[in-house]
Amino acid sequence: MKLSRRSVLSLSSGAALALVGFNSKQAFANAEDTMKAVMEFAGGVEPADGPLSLDAPEIAENGNTVPVSVSVESPMTEDDYVQSVAIFAEGNPSPDVITFNFTPMSGEASATTRMRLAKTQNVVAVAKTSTGAVFMDKKEVKVTIGGCGG
Amino acid sequence: MANAKPRVKVPKSASAGDIITIKTLISHKMESGQRKDKEGNVIPRSIINKFECSFNGQPVFSCDIDPAVSANPYLEFTAKVTEAGTFTFKWTDDDGSIYEQSKDIALK
Repeated sequence: MKLSRRSVLSLSSGAALALVGFNSKQAFANAEDTMKAVMEFAGGVEPADGPLSLDAPEIAENGNTVPVSVSVESPMTEDDYVQSVAIFAEGNPSPDVITFNFTPMSGEASATTRMRLAKTQNVVAVAKTSTGAVFMDKKEVKVTIGGCGG
Repeated sequence: MANAKPRVKVPKSASAGDIITIKTLISHKMESGQRKDKEGNVIPRSIINKFECSFNGQPVFSCDIDPAVSANPYLEFTAKVTEAGTFTFKWTDDDGSIYEQSKDIALK
């Protein structure tokens, strides 16, 4: 068999998978820890589906920098605005990623950053409004190369 | 980290009532405290843990940052412009250092 470009590519993706398997020996948070962190952030209020959208790539080749955006539809007035949005990662060593705090002067409740993901996992966003409502959105991100070092 | 260099992009002018997008980036290694060196010792955590943006002294946006945020933390957010003035940006490092930057905006 001649060594074609295609076979070289498939070989290297196999090697990447083996690497991910090796990394999974580390201690990671799990869905339960994440829910605990979510409930702590939400102050005990059960999060509902709502006008919150979490945007992250379906497949992230490099877990070191995964772009992530959140946005919440809200009038953003003094009486009714989104106070904060927190992002959690279920499969990282610690579930906390970032908490955005908004004010009516933000104009919109939307923000973007880049995060690290250790492996393929669910990413969760939770929003808290000044009226006491709590919303949640979840998305699975497949990670080819983990971003937390070995 | 002594050589953290903040960069901010704010439009030069906007009409009153406009919602503008602000982009910020600061060079920082964001050592997570999870990695180990060659001898197997844990490399201590060293990250930027807080970012704040205010306009004419009023808070606009802030965030609490955990080690899961990538190196050279990038942040994009919005602000509502009601008057001409100055945006100030402040990053707080784990070691207590504070990096600051400010940008003026005019009304169209």
